[in-house]
Amino acid sequence: MEYEEAKKLIVEQLTKKLKTKSKFYFNDLSKILEMKPREAKKIVNKLVEEKVLEYWSSGSTSMYGMPGTGKQAAAEHEEKE
Amino acid sequence: MAKHATPLLDQLESGPWPSFVSDLKQEAANRAKNPNNVEFQVAQDCVEDLLGILELSFKHGMTHWKHGGIVGVFGYGGGVIGRYCDQPEKFPGVAHFHTMRVAQPGGKYYTTEFLKKLCDLWEFRGSGVTNMHGSTGDIIFIGTSTPQLEEIFYELTHTFNQDLGGSGSNLRTPADCIGSSRCEYSCYDTQAICYDLTQEYQDELHRPAFPYKFKFKFDGCPNCCVASIARADISFVGNWKDDIKIDQEAVAGYIGGEFPANAGDHNGRDWGKFDIEKEVIGLCPTQCMWMDSGKLKIDNKECTRCMHCINVMPRALHIGDDRGCSMLVGAKAPILDGAQMGSLLVPFIKVEEPYDEIKEVIEGIWDWWMEEGKNRERLGELIKRQGFQKLLEATNIKPMAQHVQEPRHNPYIFWKEDEVDGGWDRDINAFRKDHLR
Ligand code: SF4
Ligand code: SF4
Repeated sequence: MEYEEAKKLIVEQLTKKLKTKSKFYFNDLSKILEMKPREAKKIVNKLVEEKVLEYWSSGSTSMYGMPGTGKQAAAEHEEKE
Repeated sequence: MAKHATPLLDQLESGPWPSFVSDLKQEAANRAKNPNNVEFQVAQDCVEDLLGILELSFKHGMTHWKHGGIVGVFGYGGGVIGRYCDQPEKFPGVAHFHTMRVAQPGGKYYTTEFLKKLCDLWEFRGSGVTNMHGSTGDIIFIGTSTPQLEEIFYELTHTFNQDLGGSGSNLRTPADCIGSSRCEYSCYDTQAICYDLTQEYQDELHRPAFPYKFKFKFDGCPNCCVASIARADISFVGNWKDDIKIDQEAVAGYIGGEFPANAGDHNGRDWGKFDIEKEVIGLCPTQCMWMDSGKLKIDNKECTRCMHCINVMPRALHIGDDRGCSMLVGAKAPILDGAQMGSLLVPFIKVEEPYDEIKEVIEGIWDWWMEEGKNRERLGELIKRQGFQKLLEATNIKPMAQHVQEPRHNPYIFWKEDEVDGGWDRDINAFRKDHLR
């Protein structure tokens, strides 16, 4: 899959799911891409680099989301002003 | 005068042990006084507020920290853990109070000068509160604000030549014992391989794509000073293949009281005369030692490398010469399914640059776990769920006696097609020749 195509697919699918959740495990992303984790990782890394996705971390687990979505982001932006 | 009254915390200081509360109070007082005229980049009284919010948590019986966050440094998915409190008005000094994990140097060797400089940096751009070291091994910086993160990262990487460590669903900062740099028990150079794998797997360390955390730990011998066997998803425990080397003269020296047992470690009390039967031979877990006309004998093929005899008589006994390591997998802390110790996967492997054989095993494990592991499932849990046999298949390792934990209690054997001569298909006509319909 080409990068641009993958990007479109991820943004589309995550936007669709936004009503119910804003953070996704890496596995969720590789499933959307229908790729093996190692392959998917290359694309996901690039999506983060381009700020299409951002990391969220609890300290023990990491998740991915689109910047500006979800409660946590809202709360953090309030604090940052 | 403290900013917040902390009667519950004060009580913690009354116990017999050194108290983190006293340490925090000391740092709070130091920041208030600021003898070195530091231009604090985060609230000067943040440690006061830290004490305050902790007191409140004790009072309420629940935490006032929120869970996680999106902060980090550019390009890294680990090393920074967002921490925000839910009482920012009462405790503005800890409204954001992020944790940074800094990779510890190999064997945790550093100069006092390096440590002092790290502390100066952290006093300037953070709370000054550290944790030396976190349970993964990292140097932990506790408490800074979002704008400081990139500044600290720049300083660490450019001035200190030091990287951030792992956190989240990453490879965590690999940790090692001091190994052959100082320890005669070490069966391989723990720091060399720890450094090599850290460099090789930079991407895994900094960009989270695993189902959950993953830890490597390197112990030079089965004494396991970094407790790899209890904590690491892959533990590398030094081991040897040949015989324990025995210096019979030194054995006689121990028996005669010339050398103190355990290198004099238990000298604080008079334990009486050294008794080799009671203190060494009788405690060998596999009973593979005996005395034969004044000479110590070891049946090496029965030795499980527990290290006991070597620890008691280091001058007389020494690890063998054919050295390498054993790889164990799946240790973890209790969160799900209870705590687990590592299971032996590779009984013996040479530890030699460029470590290709070892990397092959590691990558086989990762491929399997990344595909089959559920979200937040540690390797040890996946092994339990799918079975050790699946791991053997994934890593292309042939089952051997050392993999067997206990005799089978399941009488059925499930053959796979390729394990059976001729597979599942048969020529029906050939069969019918001997078997009527
Ligand atoms: S684990 Fe073994 S080799 Fe490493 S420091 Fe401890 S005793 Fe020495
Ligand atoms: S290392 Fe342990 S098992 Fe091996 S001979 Fe010594 S005491 Fe026995």
